[in-house]
Amino acid sequence: MKPAVLSGVHFITGDVACAEGALAAGCRFFGAYPITPATEIAEHIAGRLPEVGGTFIQMEDEIAAIASILGASSAGVKSMTATSGPGFSLMMENIGLAACTEIPCVIVDVQRAGPSTGLPTQGAQGDMMQARWGSHGDYKIIALSPISPQEIFYQTILAFNLSETYRVPVLIMTDEIIGHLSERVVIPDESEIKLVSRPRAKGRKDRFLPFEPGPNGVAPMAIAGEGYNIHVTGLTHNEKGYPDMTVECQKQMMARLTGKIQNNLDDIIKTEGYMLDDAEIIIISYGVSARTCHTAVDEARSQGIKAGLFRLITVWPFPEDQICRLAERAKALITVEINLGQIHLEVERCVKDKVPTYLVGHVGGTIITPERVIETIKEAT
Amino acid sequence: MSHQKKAVHPLDDLIRTDRIPHIWCPGCGIGTVFSSTLIAMKESGIDLTKTVMVSGIGCSGRGAGYVNLDSFHTTHGRAIPFATGLKLANPELNVIVFSGDGDIFAIGGNHFIHAARRNVDLTIICVNNFNYGMTGGQVAATTPYNAKTTTTPSGNPERPFNLPMLSYASGATYISRWTILHARDISDSIQEALLKRGFSFIEVLAPCPINYGRRNKEKPFDTLKLYQENTIIKNKAHPFELDIDFERGVVLGKFLDINRPTWTDMYNKTCRPKDFME
Repeated sequence: MKPAVLSGVHFITGDVACAEGALAAGCRFFGAYPITPATEIAEHIAGRLPEVGGTFIQMEDEIAAIASILGASSAGVKSMTATSGPGFSLMMENIGLAACTEIPCVIVDVQRAGPSTGLPTQGAQGDMMQARWGSHGDYKIIALSPISPQEIFYQTILAFNLSETYRVPVLIMTDEIIGHLSERVVIPDESEIKLVSRPRAKGRKDRFLPFEPGPNGVAPMAIAGEGYNIHVTGLTHNEKGYPDMTVECQKQMMARLTGKIQNNLDDIIKTEGYMLDDAEIIIISYGVSARTCHTAVDEARSQGIKAGLFRLITVWPFPEDQICRLAERAKALITVEINLGQIHLEVERCVKDKVPTYLVGHVGGTIITPERVIETIKEAT
Repeated sequence: MSHQKKAVHPLDDLIRTDRIPHIWCPGCGIGTVFSSTLIAMKESGIDLTKTVMVSGIGCSGRGAGYVNLDSFHTTHGRAIPFATGLKLANPELNVIVFSGDGDIFAIGGNHFIHAARRNVDLTIICVNNFNYGMTGGQVAATTPYNAKTTTTPSGNPERPFNLPMLSYASGATYISRWTILHARDISDSIQEALLKRGFSFIEVLAPCPINYGRRNKEKPFDTLKLYQENTIIKNKAHPFELDIDFERGVVLGKFLDINRPTWTDMYNKTCRPKDFME
């Protein structure tokens, strides 16, 4: 068998780094459907999976692609799919199924400008709210946003680890620019990569309750074919997994689905500060837009303005507490994102008019230039 | 009296008896197909620990909820791609899809034809009751010409699918059709399908007296009489002969039973490195 972890220094795109990150994370099933600008993830992993004992299949549409990974994950194999806006829309119903039935899976959205077919080859960050709320009903997922090909490699591993830990769909919300950007990516030695696998069912098979939460709120998982005779349904279900059409059961199930995320925020949420310690003007950004902001902060500092960057590595669950604390001490908060203000709404919600907030955003298709960010920093100063 | 032994049904060990009573209406045909499926599973001798049932949404889609095996009640139309993932990720599993005509052939039609084309080793059992029963009797892709449903109050203007022909054209390797009067034949067919490697399709015509029969002046017993008197068993019949028209007579039987390499066979042969399988 060929090695799954290609340790060494590479010059590769974000899409390829994502595929290699998945292999390093132990992903052994990929259900695909071609779409620009995510196709290269499928193309790369299609050749790699069969040589490391995994399975790749190109399904007939994105609905089938995500359904296939939920089946494969139910059979105990770490599974992933990758898509962009239109395909992401098609996947929404089964993201809800995965959230409701707690099937671990990783979904990559290489965002392009929408709505509809939009600008297929040009980047955007317009699917951020869809990532949070796209499927019907209340539920919680985890969404990450990488800043570089190097980071997408690690985030893909992190995505699998979080997905396995919390039995929740984890979304990697990257974009066309990072996806198609070639940069230096260092893949570490296999021994340096920490992998997590889902908690597994133990004990008497006739007494096992497949949705009885463990200490961290996550139920151990029985794999198809192990003899636990589990029932898994997208209907509201009790701890036994049986449908129970009562408000009481709905309350209990929803408490479990939301609680396992809400009660582990410290473990899940990752952010990064740049020049934050004495910052008065604080920029909040994520993904490719945060690269723009780095340059803008450096430039502002060189002009004597105390600017800093707070970068969301985890976008969902939203780092509310951290943003609230920033709002206590900053003179102004500026959200920078390639959309018309999606994460900005969350920032405003946390700030509650304590300080002025600004949005630097646009409709997608290009990155936001540092000049525009600097302009707004000056306006806010 | 208190010494009387509680009656035990011979299929109880395969049923989630704690979920009985089931939701199926009096006169519904799904129960017969379901019990024939369980009998086939038992008699085939397959490892039931490694046997999984996947359903979509609808009355027949509740099948997965009553079988006492690993069972997955998925989203509407998506049982087949979910089942494909299960089978490809663990080829040792016996994967059965138990669902209805609306689920498999309208919303899920695309997945059916592609799974058949790929020859994924699945056993697909489709209960065809000519309408959407769960939602109160709307027109389906299988509703006969002129039949009345809640969304075709003046009669159905559309031509229904000939499901065995669709399966044949798509690449299924095993195809049969029965009615619920043919319980023994259903079981035999499912057993053959379970023991066969390849994409198998079993269509079972089943009455829906509450939602379909009532609107088409077909009393529950009339439907069964049609099944008995207006059907003919013709194994290996040509797929073109298999349109459903009870006035001309409906052809039942085992239409196809051939072998070709499954998806997993071809993937291992074509995509794995030469030294991988040794």
